[in-house]
Amino acid sequence: MDTKKILAIISAVAKKIEAEKNFLTQLDNEIGDGDHGINLARGFKSVEEKIPTWADKDIGAILKGVGTQLVSTVGGASGPLYGTAFMKAGNVCKGKNFLAAEDFVAALEAAVNGIKMRGKAVEGEKTMLDALCPALKTLKENLAGGKNFVEALSVAVDAAAAGVEFTKTIIATKGRASYLKERSLGHQDPGATSSLMMLQATLEVLREA
Amino acid sequence: MVGIVIVSHSQKLAEGVVEVAKMMASEVPIAAAGGLEDGSLGTSYEKILAAVEKVFSSDGVMIFVDMGSAVMTTEMVLEDFNRPNVRMIDCPLVEGAILAAVESVGGKTLEEILKLTEDVRTTKKF
Ligand SMILES: Nc1ncnc2c1ncn2[C@@H]1O[C@H](COP(=O)(O)OP(=O)(O)O)[C@@H](O)[C@H]1O
Ligand SMILES: [Mg+2]
Repeated sequence: MDTKKILAIISAVAKKIEAEKNFLTQLDNEIGDGDHGINLARGFKSVEEKIPTWADKDIGAILKGVGTQLVSTVGGASGPLYGTAFMKAGNVCKGKNFLAAEDFVAALEAAVNGIKMRGKAVEGEKTMLDALCPALKTLKENLAGGKNFVEALSVAVDAAAAGVEFTKTIIATKGRASYLKERSLGHQDPGATSSLMMLQATLEVLREA
Repeated sequence: MVGIVIVSHSQKLAEGVVEVAKMMASEVPIAAAGGLEDGSLGTSYEKILAAVEKVFSSDGVMIFVDMGSAVMTTEMVLEDFNRPNVRMIDCPLVEGAILAAVESVGGKTLEEILKLTEDVRTTKKF
């Protein structure tokens, strides 16, 4: 993945979030305050506007830029969480103009750890981590098992989708939804859903190539 | 005097807490960072940073927050505006802000007020 591909992925993520804005907001209406789609669409719109200014930047700087933009425009919990995730991923990719499979894994791992740190959360609390942690684990396993990157990412996306389904069966213990206790059961987590969408958009761009 | 910043999802709530804190300490340096730039609900990195800069002095700043993204966004501001005497306080927002305002005007240091806010966590209203 070179810089151009990374920018194409970021743009695809922004478009997917915009397209799914109402669905994400509806999910957040059920167990939150009904702004997740609006928050993220606002954030990724500002990211999209920056893309033309990033053409000659390295991948680390670009991912950091995405994080900074999200932190200052999203407004909800997903702002500092995804903001930290992209900034940490950017640190790992500092100075790089190309990402090999293992660089992508390292960046995703740094992003996941960033969310854990910022949200003081672990897997199983009905958050974005319930999509991202299984995806990271599956991606690593399938690469180690000899799959090529796109195949491995495709299985990882399935794992994230299963993670989103799993969030319906658990009670939220982090974030706004935790105030609802068992009333959060039966609903899928908006943040896990947006994380899945980001991974799907990434896979779609890589499949085109 | 120790500066105070009130971070809330709501501009009205942040400004309201500032108003209440000033009732007994009108000259305290205190700033509200509530809502987003356009007035909608949420927490704004820029607003929090601007509020901290506004009340910052060598005496330090105490930041009181409501919840969730207010905590996480303030954390990110503190990582960038990295001064040991700027602190986020884990205690009830209104009670903490009133206590800090009164003690700041009374001449207490940041460390002294920090100790006092520990009690605010467990003080019962009645
Ligand atoms: N402490 C946390 N750790 C990890 N993820 C969290 C945490 N708090 C909230 N989230 C995620 O953020 C999502 C909500 O995002 P959003 O609606 O933008 O924020 P808010 O709750 O401030 O309105 C949740 O669905 C959940 O996935
Ligand atoms: Mg929300």
